[in-house]
Amino acid sequence: MFQFIVRRLFQLIPVLLGVTILVFSLMHLSPGNPAHIIAGESAPESTVQQIEERLGLNDPIPVQYANFLKDVVTLDFGNSWRTSLPVSTELWPKFWVTFELAIYSTIFSIFLGLIAGIISAVRQYSVADVSIMLVALFGLSMPNFWLGLMLMQWFSINLGWLPPTGWGTPEQIIMPVFTLGTMGAAVIARMTRSSMLDVITQDYIRTARAKGLKEKVVIYRHALKNALIPVVTVVGLQFGGLLAGAVLTESVFAINGMGKLVVDRILARDFPVVQAAVLVMAVVFVFVNLIVDVSYKFLNKRIDLD
Amino acid sequence: MNAEQASSEVTQVPKVDSPLKRAMKDFYNKLKKNKTALFGGYLIIFLIVVAIVGPYLTSFNPSETDYSVKLQGPSAEHWFGTDHHGRDIFTRIIHGLGITMGIGFFSTLIGSIVGIFLGIVSGYYGGKIDSVIMRLMDILLAFPGILLALALISILGASLQNVVIAIAIFAIPTFARIVRGSTLATKNLEYIDAMRALGASDIRIIFKHIFPNILSPIIVQASLFIATAVLSASGLSFLGLGVQPPSPELGAILSDGKDFMWDAGHIALFPGLGIMVIVLAFNVFGDGLRDALDPKMKN
Repeated sequence: MFQFIVRRLFQLIPVLLGVTILVFSLMHLSPGNPAHIIAGESAPESTVQQIEERLGLNDPIPVQYANFLKDVVTLDFGNSWRTSLPVSTELWPKFWVTFELAIYSTIFSIFLGLIAGIISAVRQYSVADVSIMLVALFGLSMPNFWLGLMLMQWFSINLGWLPPTGWGTPEQIIMPVFTLGTMGAAVIARMTRSSMLDVITQDYIRTARAKGLKEKVVIYRHALKNALIPVVTVVGLQFGGLLAGAVLTESVFAINGMGKLVVDRILARDFPVVQAAVLVMAVVFVFVNLIVDVSYKFLNKRIDLD
Repeated sequence: MNAEQASSEVTQVPKVDSPLKRAMKDFYNKLKKNKTALFGGYLIIFLIVVAIVGPYLTSFNPSETDYSVKLQGPSAEHWFGTDHHGRDIFTRIIHGLGITMGIGFFSTLIGSIVGIFLGIVSGYYGGKIDSVIMRLMDILLAFPGILLALALISILGASLQNVVIAIAIFAIPTFARIVRGSTLATKNLEYIDAMRALGASDIRIIFKHIFPNILSPIIVQASLFIATAVLSASGLSFLGLGVQPPSPELGAILSDGKDFMWDAGHIALFPGLGIMVIVLAFNVFGDGLRDALDPKMKN
């Protein structure tokens, strides 16, 4: 087990290096001289040259990349071109907001998805099953920013029950979490259903039933445990979708998280912030996938031992 | 093998279809039996027809402003109401349907061609080139969802063409991985070995024998990816990083109208429904097809 984790960690190194190269290239492929953007349109040539010197823009590209890598490892992303504040000061508070939003939405989607998926599988082809799968299909096909707008229209504009924007209070959390978690819930419900149906038809479940175990025990103690394994992978993959979806959800509800920050700063051409935020999201995603891989292996092993 | 030999070979065995033709026939037969896939297919055809013919039939101009009727609710004259410039929303959605679906279709087409090529090369030749290509794909996959597209747009600038490019790049690794897997499964089949023993070239084996065999998973993936691409494209437009507002792209209509939602609820309702119907059609088609082609998945 330990060996497996270490091996997977080593495999991450080339991927993470590749990610930094790609993100580094972004800044260098972008049109316009960064020094000009920082100094402003009408700055004298000498100021521009000074800034170029300070940012190391005259160094050869490999040297610049090495410096960039060093900064990344020490979590120093330089200063914002717009606010002049250190990027890390701007980024971390917003990172935690997005992190909270993503975690709550994951919990919501697992909870709703599992319950719906189990009901569907246990009562295959019933009215409940067909309606749940239909709702899941719509959940999967709905643009989440639109769902957010519709919720806002109903619960904030028409009924006045929930605040339309912001993040922090329980009332403010409900709509964004529902918006962001719906697609994940739909995917998890579908996966749980098909995985449960796969397991239910297996011999050991028939044996459990033949022994006279109650249906509830068969389903929850015997079937569910094995049926959950593929679901774990889906939850991990969904987390990536969640990070990206947070960009849209945060924009709809004016939440000051990392997603909204990225969009705002792309529009303002503030590359250091964009670079850092994109890098952080990619690294988080890579590590979440690692955790999923490890837990998948772990769950499988448990079954071997059983 | 020269053309003469090739043609004489064909005339000798006139009743046997080419592998590609056989794969297509097989595909069609399975499609016919799956009602879900058929429903999705008809819905897609319907949407394409509306997107092509619709713009000629609408009684308004999608960009014609008329401030005397701005922010009106649905009525007999304006079926989906009007927006803050007094433009007819129904007309705009009919015009936007083609733009939104077009982005989904072309970005998937470009991304899948590159992905299929990389996947086949990777799976067929294996070894070093396989490792290099797959590590590159891992790097692209490390960026969750539309994040890579966002990053690319930040350099390329927001425009219709750049959205297509950004989403196409996002599509490449998905296709490359699936195609590589299917190629690996196919290339060791006995009849492929036999072809090789008979002296068939790699190109011939790939195009005539491997490609038809991996066609089904590609079509399934393409349909499901068009759904993702449509969601991503409209999302980018919604953020102001995709197709820009006077254009009636569905996400752009939403982005343009969302500030007026407080006074006129219908302004956000209909374009979102439009996006959902497109995505639903491709999801249903892809899902049904996957069930039809993979008997193991059928429950």
